[in-house]
Amino acid sequence: MPTMNMIQALNDAHKVMMRADEDIVVFGEDIGYFGGVFRVTEGLQKEFGKTRTFDAPISEGGIVATAVGMAAYGLKPVIEIQFADYIYPGYDQIVSEVAKMRYRTAGEWTMPMVIRTPYGGGIFGGQTHSQSPESLFTHIAGLKVVIPSTPYDAKGLLIAAIEDADPVIFFEPKRIYNGPFDGHHDKPVKPWSKHPASDVPEGHYTVPIGKAAVVREGNDLTILAYGTMVHVALASVEEQGLDAELIDLRTLVPLDLDTIERSVKKTGRCLVVHEAPRTSGFGGELVALVQERCFYHLEAPVERVTGWDTPYPHAYEWAYFPGPKRMKRALEKVMAD
Amino acid sequence: MSDKDPSLRRNAPQLQLHVPEPPFRPGDTPDFSSLKIPAAGEAPRPDTGVPASETHALTTALVRVLGDDDKSVGAWDPKLDPETLRKMLRDMVTVRIFDDRMYRAQRQGKTSFYMKCTGEEAIAIAAAAALDREDMHFPTYRQQGLLIARGYPLTEMMNQIYSNKGDKLRGRQLPIMYSDKAHGFFSISGNLGTQFPQAVGWAMGAAIKGDSRIAMGWIGDGATAEGDFHSAMTFAAVYNAPVILATVNNQWAISSFSGIAGAERATFAQRAVGYGIAGLRVDGNDALAIYAAVKWAAERARSNKGPTLIEFFTYRAEGHSTSDDPSGYRPTNEAKLWPLGDPIERLRAHLLAIGEWDEERHATMTAECDAQVRAAQKESEKLGILPQQGKDNIESMFDDVYADVPWHLAQQREEAVSEGRG
Repeated sequence: MPTMNMIQALNDAHKVMMRADEDIVVFGEDIGYFGGVFRVTEGLQKEFGKTRTFDAPISEGGIVATAVGMAAYGLKPVIEIQFADYIYPGYDQIVSEVAKMRYRTAGEWTMPMVIRTPYGGGIFGGQTHSQSPESLFTHIAGLKVVIPSTPYDAKGLLIAAIEDADPVIFFEPKRIYNGPFDGHHDKPVKPWSKHPASDVPEGHYTVPIGKAAVVREGNDLTILAYGTMVHVALASVEEQGLDAELIDLRTLVPLDLDTIERSVKKTGRCLVVHEAPRTSGFGGELVALVQERCFYHLEAPVERVTGWDTPYPHAYEWAYFPGPKRMKRALEKVMAD
Repeated sequence: MSDKDPSLRRNAPQLQLHVPEPPFRPGDTPDFSSLKIPAAGEAPRPDTGVPASETHALTTALVRVLGDDDKSVGAWDPKLDPETLRKMLRDMVTVRIFDDRMYRAQRQGKTSFYMKCTGEEAIAIAAAAALDREDMHFPTYRQQGLLIARGYPLTEMMNQIYSNKGDKLRGRQLPIMYSDKAHGFFSISGNLGTQFPQAVGWAMGAAIKGDSRIAMGWIGDGATAEGDFHSAMTFAAVYNAPVILATVNNQWAISSFSGIAGAERATFAQRAVGYGIAGLRVDGNDALAIYAAVKWAAERARSNKGPTLIEFFTYRAEGHSTSDDPSGYRPTNEAKLWPLGDPIERLRAHLLAIGEWDEERHATMTAECDAQVRAAQKESEKLGILPQQGKDNIESMFDDVYADVPWHLAQQREEAVSEGRG
């Protein structure tokens, strides 16, 4: 089995699908000849030609809008928004058009498309290259929201997203494109090749949308995480010597609540983790659902580890990022009594 | 002392904010004598394959075919056969009667909302006649004429307006937000301008696939201020998309005159110049000029010569919608004094002038159209009107959010059904 980092796995997913389905078109800023600023679309234009893989103007609204028109025509657009921080000019088209088309036309027009976008911090990207805006999309009926955390899942989930009948916002945790990140920014980066999930099968396979993964089984508490924070959380529980059950949500909408519920009822404690700011973050939804489903099994209040409610500050990245210290403090709190 | 205190900078000229104001307000007597209206037949008609720059003189002109003598004249005369002219006239009359009936239905409480296109009927009807039946329209809410010209059943339109049991959109959309794939009519959005770049995307799709069909996007003068207008123009230009981009300049965006969208500085057609695409400015009350311009742009698009921006210069003769009363912001007699006249009257006069029509035939046809609309309304109302809707089949609210109903919607559906209607 080939060893791939997340970029190679995502690239491979494109190739597998574009070879199988001539209706797939890929476009976005710098994604053609150059292959994208993170190289995810490298080689696609060479293999599939300029009419199926091409550079777009710096116009996220235009990229999403023309993808809507192409989907209406019968194509399957897989578009890249260069950074999740740039997605806002396309927000009206995503929210008012992409998300609602099936509903407003009672199924006459559907919008099967994938909007890929690198998100999250930890790369010294400053305010405009570090944000985690997933909750702006989980709030919108009609969208599915997917966030992989390993090369294996990235390829399988992207293929599943491309095959999905509904629009999928596909957030790629760019901090872990090249290797899992344990939250210790001062240590050298471990490459994916040392991680078992870098074994990525050739050809077609899917990881189902709407299905969480239990990354680590345990009995002390349940940790709910996604994206980069899966790896940060895993390192933290090991450092703290806790027998935590770590759930990688993988899909935020539709959420695999059964897996969450089963776990929290078993452990009686729950910690919710994400990079995004705390207020109205997806963690708020998770906490609400956990208390609705598991209230009488809880032995402690559900805690959150999140980014602060500030813009992402460049030089203060490691005071902002929810790293090992914030994790440790929250783990101690949720494990007290 | 605040930063805003101008006394601190007394030596510099005082800056002034310009807020455009329409020439006439309620109580004023509209006077359009300063409006330059070129004579019919005056505008040259370039070959459809010319470089875009050779059309740019036409962005400040006005393509007109119907002259003051009601005859067709000039290079843009599409020389249509009388049968096509009569079909266009009939469709326009049908639209106007339909609008009147549905406006009244709203006033009678049978639905929540309606929008007429009075004075603008020629635009959609002639555009529909000029394009192929297989071409795709991305309309705004004032192109009901496209559906009527393409023979979409009037009852279907009314079922949607009433959100009744026959409404194919299942009561989910505001009245008149039609959608019909089979008639090449994309779902109308209430978020203005969104469809304009979508039309470009559809056309790009057609080009990617080597299709021969083209797309036509529609927008109003007001919504040209949206970023989507710029996106559409940019993508159309960059990819040489086979698309016609139509701006219906009816001069009013609810209560804001076209100056608030930038019309004091340049025509809407002139925006083509900066993007380097073809541009035409057309008398929007002249069915023959509209037909000729759309045909020209279609031929250009179909032969890979690229997109065209067309401005249809017209006047919104009635309120924005049933929720609007224009007497609060413009003179009530402005529509009557509008110098480009009424599009239906002008086409009728043309048919009379060329001896292909008479008053009796017109009266008969009008009565037929009226009967057709009334019959459709009767038929539609059998399936219900809005006040009776929204009680049954509450579970259908949760369909079509996704292809399959996820668990959280299934759970909410159960709650909603047990709760019933408030």
